[in-house]
Amino acid sequence: MELLAFGDTGWGDELFYATLMTIAVSITAMLIGFLFALIFTPLKLSKYKIFNFIGNFYTTVIRGVPELLVIYLFFFGGSGAIMFVASMFGYYEYIEINAFITGSLAIGIISGAYSTEVFRGAVQSIDKGQFEAAKVLGLSKFTQFYKIILPQVLRIAIPNLSNVWQITLKDTSLISVTGLVEIMRQSYIAAGSTRDPLFFYSFAAVLYLILTFLSMKLINRLEIRYSRGF
Amino acid sequence: MDLELILNSLPKLLPAALVTLKLLISSLIIGLIIGLGFAILRLNKNIFINKFAYGYSYLFRGTPLLVQIFIIYYGLAQIEYLRSTFLWAIIKEPYWCAIIAFSLNTGAYTSEILRSAFQTIKVGVIEAGKSLGISNKIIFYKIQIPIAIRQSLPAYGNEIILMLKGTSLASTVTLMDLTGVAKYIISTTFKPIEVFIVAGSIYLFMTFCIHNLIKFLEKKYSFSN
Repeated sequence: MELLAFGDTGWGDELFYATLMTIAVSITAMLIGFLFALIFTPLKLSKYKIFNFIGNFYTTVIRGVPELLVIYLFFFGGSGAIMFVASMFGYYEYIEINAFITGSLAIGIISGAYSTEVFRGAVQSIDKGQFEAAKVLGLSKFTQFYKIILPQVLRIAIPNLSNVWQITLKDTSLISVTGLVEIMRQSYIAAGSTRDPLFFYSFAAVLYLILTFLSMKLINRLEIRYSRGF
Repeated sequence: MDLELILNSLPKLLPAALVTLKLLISSLIIGLIIGLGFAILRLNKNIFINKFAYGYSYLFRGTPLLVQIFIIYYGLAQIEYLRSTFLWAIIKEPYWCAIIAFSLNTGAYTSEILRSAFQTIKVGVIEAGKSLGISNKIIFYKIQIPIAIRQSLPAYGNEIILMLKGTSLASTVTLMDLTGVAKYIISTTFKPIEVFIVAGSIYLFMTFCIHNLIKFLEKKYSFSN
C-alpha cells in the first residue's frame, strides 16, 4: 500500500491524476467522434452514390486498420501536416502539437467511425411513417429532426453507443505510446522506477475495471430515461 | 507522395504481415478452445462455476488488451517462483506472451458469443432429439454445436477482425509484426502517410478476406440450404 500513498512517497496522486486524464481524453474523443458521426452519417444515408462512397470509405478504412497504426499516423504525421498548412500562410517555424490534442483526435476519428455505424443503423430502423407524419404536421425541417427523429434515434442508439464508449475508453490506453500521461503511461513510469510492474499494471487493470463498471451504471440510467414511454 | 518509399517498404512489410497472420491464427485457435470451455461453464447450473466463468469474461472484456499484454510480459516475469519452473521458457519470449494475452482476450469474447448462441437454441430442437432417443452427448455434439456455430458466425467474424487489429499491440512488446515494422519505417524515414497507406492496405486486404470467408461460411451453413 505504501506504493499507492499520496504525496512524494507514493504513486497514489500521480495515478489519480492519470485516471482523470484518461477520463478527459475519453470524453473529448467521444465528442470528436460524435462530430464525425454528425458529418458522415448523412453522407452514408444520402441518395447520391459519391457521398455514400465517401462515408463508406471512412468507416471501412478506420474500422479495418489497427488503432495503433492510426495513432502512429497522427503522432508522426500530425505536426508535419500542421506545419505544411502553416507554411502556406508563410509560417516556417517548428510547430509541436500537444499530445492531448493528437491523442484525442486520433481516438476521436476511430470512435467516430463506430458511432457513424450506430447512428446509421438507428436512423434506418425508424419507421418511414414518422418522417412522413412530421412532414404532414407542417413542422420545420429543424423541428422535425430535433423533436421527432432525434429522440427516437437516441433511444435506439444508446445501448450501442455504450459499446462505442467502452471501446473508446479502452482505446485511450494506446495513446500512452505518444507519451501522454494517462493510466497506462503513469503505470509504465511507476513500474519502471519501482521495478514492480506486476503490481502497477494490475492496479491499472483495476482502474480500467472501475471506469468501465461506473460508466455502465451511468449509461443504464440514461437508457431508462430515454426509454420512458416504451 | 513518395512512390519510391511505397515500393521499397512493401517487401519489408509483407513478411511482417505473415508474423501478424501467424499471431492471429494461433491465438484464434487457442481462444476458440478457451471460449468453448468457458461458454460451457457459463451454462453450468452451479452458481460458483457460473460466476467464475462470468468473472473471467468480465475481467478480460473490461480492461484494455494493452494492460493484459503488459501484465503477462512484464508482470509475470517478476514472480520468482515462475522463473524456476518450465513455464519460464514460455514467459520470457515476447512471442508467446503475446499469444497468451491474445488467446485469453479473444477467449473471453468468444465465450460470450458462444454462450448467447447456445442460449438462443430453441428447447424444441433438444426435445426433438431426446424424443428420438438420442443420447445427451450426441445431442450436444451433433445438434447443439452445429446450430450454435451457425448462430455465432456473424459475431465471430467481427471478433476475428477485432483480433486482427488487436495483434498490432504485439509491437509494444518488441515483436516485429506489421504495425511494428511500419512504425520502424515511419520513425526512420519520417514519411508516415506513405507507410500508413501500404500497411493500412495490407490490413484492409486481410479484413476483406476474413469478411468474405465468413460470408461464404454463413451461406454454406445457412438453414435454407
